[in-house]
Amino acid sequence: MSTTTSTTTSTARSAVLTPAQLTEALPGALRKLDPRELLATPVMLVVELGAVATTVLSVLDPSVFGWAVTVWLWLTVVFGTLAESVAEGRGKAQAASLRELQTETPARRRTPSGGLEPVPSTALRAGDVVVVEAGERIPGDGDVVEGVASVDESAVTGESAPVIRESGGDRSAVTGGTIVLSDRIVVRITSDPGQSFVDRMIALVEGSERQRTPNELALNVLLTSLTAIFTVVCASLYFVADYSDAHQDVLVLVALLVCLIPTTIGALLSAIGIAGMDRLVRRNVLAMSGRAVEAAGDVDVLLLDKTGTITHGNRQAAELVAVAGVTDEELAEAAVLSSLADETPEGRSILALVGGAAAAPAGATYVAFSATTRMSGIDVGGREVRKGAAGSVAAWAGGSSAELDAVVERISASGGTPLVVAERVDGQSRLLGVIHLKDVVKDGIRERFEELRAMGIRTVMITGDNKVTAAAIAAEAGVDDVLAEATPEDKLALIRKEQEGGRMVAMCGDGTNDAPALAQADVGVAMNTGTTAAKEAGNMVDLDSDPTKLIDVVEIGKQLLITRGALTTFSVANDVAKYFAILPAMFVVAFPDLDVLNVMRLDPDSAILSAVVFNALVIIALIPLALRGVAYRPASASALLQRNLLLYGVGGLVAPFVGIKLLDLVISHLPGL
Amino acid sequence: MSALAPALGQLLALVALLALTVPFLGRFLAHLYTSDKHLGVERVTYRVLRVDPDADQTWRAYATTVLGFSLVGVLVLFALGRLQQHLPLSLGFPALPADGAWNVAVSFVTNTNWQWYSGEAALGHLMQMSGLTVQQFLSAAVGMAVAAAFARALARNDGSRRVGNFWADLVRVVVRVLLPIAFVAALLLVVMGAVQNLLDPHDVTTLTGGTQPITGGPVGSMEAIKELGTNGGGFYNVNSAHPFENPTPLSNLFEIYLMLLIPFAMAWAFGIIVGDRRQGAAVLTVMALLLLVSISLLTWAEMAGPGTAPELAGGAMEGKEQRFGTAGTALFAAVTTGTSTGAVNGMHDSLTAPGGGVAMFNMMLGEISPGGVGSGLYGMLMLAVVTVFLSGLMVGRTPEYLGKKIGQREIVLVALYVLTTPVLVLVGSAVALTASDGLAGLQESGPHGLSEAVYAVTSASNNNGSGFGGLTSGTPFWNTLLGLCMLFGRFLPMVLVLGLAGRFGAQTRRPAGAGTLPTHQPLFVLLLAGVALVVVGLTYVPVLALGPIVESLS
Repeated sequence: MSTTTSTTTSTARSAVLTPAQLTEALPGALRKLDPRELLATPVMLVVELGAVATTVLSVLDPSVFGWAVTVWLWLTVVFGTLAESVAEGRGKAQAASLRELQTETPARRRTPSGGLEPVPSTALRAGDVVVVEAGERIPGDGDVVEGVASVDESAVTGESAPVIRESGGDRSAVTGGTIVLSDRIVVRITSDPGQSFVDRMIALVEGSERQRTPNELALNVLLTSLTAIFTVVCASLYFVADYSDAHQDVLVLVALLVCLIPTTIGALLSAIGIAGMDRLVRRNVLAMSGRAVEAAGDVDVLLLDKTGTITHGNRQAAELVAVAGVTDEELAEAAVLSSLADETPEGRSILALVGGAAAAPAGATYVAFSATTRMSGIDVGGREVRKGAAGSVAAWAGGSSAELDAVVERISASGGTPLVVAERVDGQSRLLGVIHLKDVVKDGIRERFEELRAMGIRTVMITGDNKVTAAAIAAEAGVDDVLAEATPEDKLALIRKEQEGGRMVAMCGDGTNDAPALAQADVGVAMNTGTTAAKEAGNMVDLDSDPTKLIDVVEIGKQLLITRGALTTFSVANDVAKYFAILPAMFVVAFPDLDVLNVMRLDPDSAILSAVVFNALVIIALIPLALRGVAYRPASASALLQRNLLLYGVGGLVAPFVGIKLLDLVISHLPGL
Repeated sequence: MSALAPALGQLLALVALLALTVPFLGRFLAHLYTSDKHLGVERVTYRVLRVDPDADQTWRAYATTVLGFSLVGVLVLFALGRLQQHLPLSLGFPALPADGAWNVAVSFVTNTNWQWYSGEAALGHLMQMSGLTVQQFLSAAVGMAVAAAFARALARNDGSRRVGNFWADLVRVVVRVLLPIAFVAALLLVVMGAVQNLLDPHDVTTLTGGTQPITGGPVGSMEAIKELGTNGGGFYNVNSAHPFENPTPLSNLFEIYLMLLIPFAMAWAFGIIVGDRRQGAAVLTVMALLLLVSISLLTWAEMAGPGTAPELAGGAMEGKEQRFGTAGTALFAAVTTGTSTGAVNGMHDSLTAPGGGVAMFNMMLGEISPGGVGSGLYGMLMLAVVTVFLSGLMVGRTPEYLGKKIGQREIVLVALYVLTTPVLVLVGSAVALTASDGLAGLQESGPHGLSEAVYAVTSASNNNGSGFGGLTSGTPFWNTLLGLCMLFGRFLPMVLVLGLAGRFGAQTRRPAGAGTLPTHQPLFVLLLAGVALVVVGLTYVPVLALGPIVESLS
């Protein structure tokens, strides 16, 4: 049930920032200039107040320099709101298509007397029971209480193949707005109008319900305090400069202030957060809160279900072991014969292993597997071939042998399942050998776990298998730990134990019995095919129901934090160059000796403006990075730090020297400065 | 080369002495701050004070005790100053003026030891010995206690908000560390030639035939704790430049060693308390790195710095003692400003412009290289938290230091801490350079006058206490302004540090793994030094540009 196609296309779509997107986002960006909107990011509020101040000063005492600074200060604010607006715009299209699901649909509600009454979907409340037939839209979120149906959920998941929804069990949840393709089901509604799954999705992708995450809030505090410090620096400089007989205009001090405060990260902070959520949505994962996305980056332990995540989920034939006196060809031929009519994945895997499956011989009679005989096979003429559970087949063949027992034992011990093959020709029974079935580990999963280990994340495999089988698969897949014969209570206990040790745990699950563990885990990803209980307990829902995606979620969480850290470091490191640009220009008239500090050899008349322009342009230049997130390769913390520090720390020191110098070469030719 | 050899020699001797003794004292301090055993004399003290030394205090209780204890200290000193003429051993000196008594009281309780007065011309032996010297022990112990509480909170894993017991921290350090070391150090200083008596001034006939009263007193005992507790308040006006305080180059080196001993040992103790020596070593390395850079710069500035007179004289000898020379003065100046001591063995006003700038910048960094006793450690640790927060995000996890997460509440406290001193320094400087009462105290005008004012405000706000000279600070304006700077510069950060200790103490420690930002590797050491220079240092660039930098360039 994976939608690889939709995932890849949407990831590719997310990478670019087009001019069209910018124009579309502009009205929204201008609306966000309302100071009340900017209260949440004090850095940008200070820039706006500065822009207001320079506007007033320029009106009172017009000059080219004054107006140029004013225009660029306003642009700095607009670039910031534009970034946020672009980030939000990317969710809008998705929200629009989801809204279509919300059109009022007629529903048939069961009355207490047992009859049916027509009501609009908007009148349905949690607890109501409705009947939905083929071709009808399901009027609201709920659980199937009667019947089985195939349902088209493509509008929500992007997956075109219909899915089966049935009463009881772990596939009972249906989503409002999806369409029943066949059969008739009775659904108990579980949400009130306006609180349905689709409602939440719309709110999430639009970013309207976006709550700022703990780390974003913390970073905002630090940025605010840096802003406060630099405000004091610039305000006190007014008086200190007066003492030094080097009077500075308020306009120049405002320009200095805006250059020193961390505008780059301040402007892009909320865009980074929105884009991070958006990246998850594009991979068809819905996070119920931003907190969960951030927590994903912090995960120390990943609990993964064996089936579907680590292994393909069905056992496959891996080898044939013939007993003494039987050639490999004889065993292979018998194995193929016995599996010709076997439509189970195991049966087909035997044909695949041996290869060259012939057509069934004429006049053959198939013997189907049954729980009592525990074997299946074929009768051709006087020859009967059987394969099945070791004990049953050996009994059928008139007793086992020490050699066969040894093979069976070995295969069981390695975690595999032995299928014994025997034949009876003209009443003469003979044991042929053993087919080794084993759980096949997915390709590339081992490498994936090695990456996780490098990131400092421990993987624990959860399985209902016995300890021997579990250990064998765990060794093959390369997980760090294994929880065998796991009950839901065991899972919960394991999560609690890890959390008590200060670790953060992520898991995915779909069944109702997974709900407590999903709720307890720091990051709980519920499968969309799962029950309503599971979806409510988790803090994320994977629409593709692909458990492997938990690993992607962790990477997106990390990428979100890294992007913030990288841009903060870049922003702060920029200040060094800005001082070298602005201070000499401010004081070179009063103290010609300070020209030595003018290492970029800027024109004193244009240096300040160049720094202001650089400061604004760098925001625009970094919008794509903020939306896309910085490149992330799984690696240890030390390696990541070294790489990012070099790129964004050292880069942040050097880039403005180059950028401001280049801008100054142009700006110094402007007339009137 | 000939001039450089002794400069390098004294530095090597200093490093060797410290390398031998710091780990030993660090281990002793770590044990002292974590053990639950009391000595007999300590038990008696607790009984007299009527306190329970075994109560595990919350951060609030701890902070309240620190503030209450310090308030009593201020009141006692203020009373001693105002009632001096009625007290024994006053040598006939009158009471201090109200603003002067306030300044002295705050100055010694905050471990600043800013001195607007001349000790030998204003204070009697009782005030010097039972007032000032006592506070030199106690204020040092208070600073160390706060740092120890913070370290213990980081080490804790029981989810309590408790940080330890202030009384135990205070009394143990005084009894087991400060008194014994100061006693031995005082004897050694007396052996080297420092004076120690309780006599009245001694009149001597000078070469010109006049008489001059020579004031002796309990100098050696004060000198020892003055350096050991990074206090800096000297018996005499000229402080360690006075031959009775600091008689020889050997005593000079010994005093420098005393200033550095505890600040470095606290960093070592920190590593042991949090259960990972490498963490302590990393913090110590950053401190040493910053100090070494400033020693090198200052030594260069004084031995080969710009200026016509220094070039002619072969070194900047103005304002320096002949017996210490340029290197001995430069080393002392770098160490006294790098630790928050503030003792001087030469006039900082006469340092070359770049040299004076380095001394000022040392203080502006927030006294972390290695800083005051205790305060240097917690100052550096607060910056470590900032560093972890800024750059720790780049490894893709919620930042954490030693397994403690740095969330919004934590960062609010750290941000306020980082904000406090720069605001005090910058606002204080602006006020001083604008008010006529402030300008009246300046001896020079222009960039050098700016340096005088900014240096004084910086010294007070960072609790250093050294004076640039040239400033007439004994006026109501300066006494009040600097008193406020010292008071807020000491206790606001302390409360914030203890608040953060409470938050950290309440958290369980997350185990470190491959995904955790390592805080003991060379990369982190460089990063922390970088953050100190960029985040804190950059704040002062404009002021430095208009003072020492412009002066150096002209």
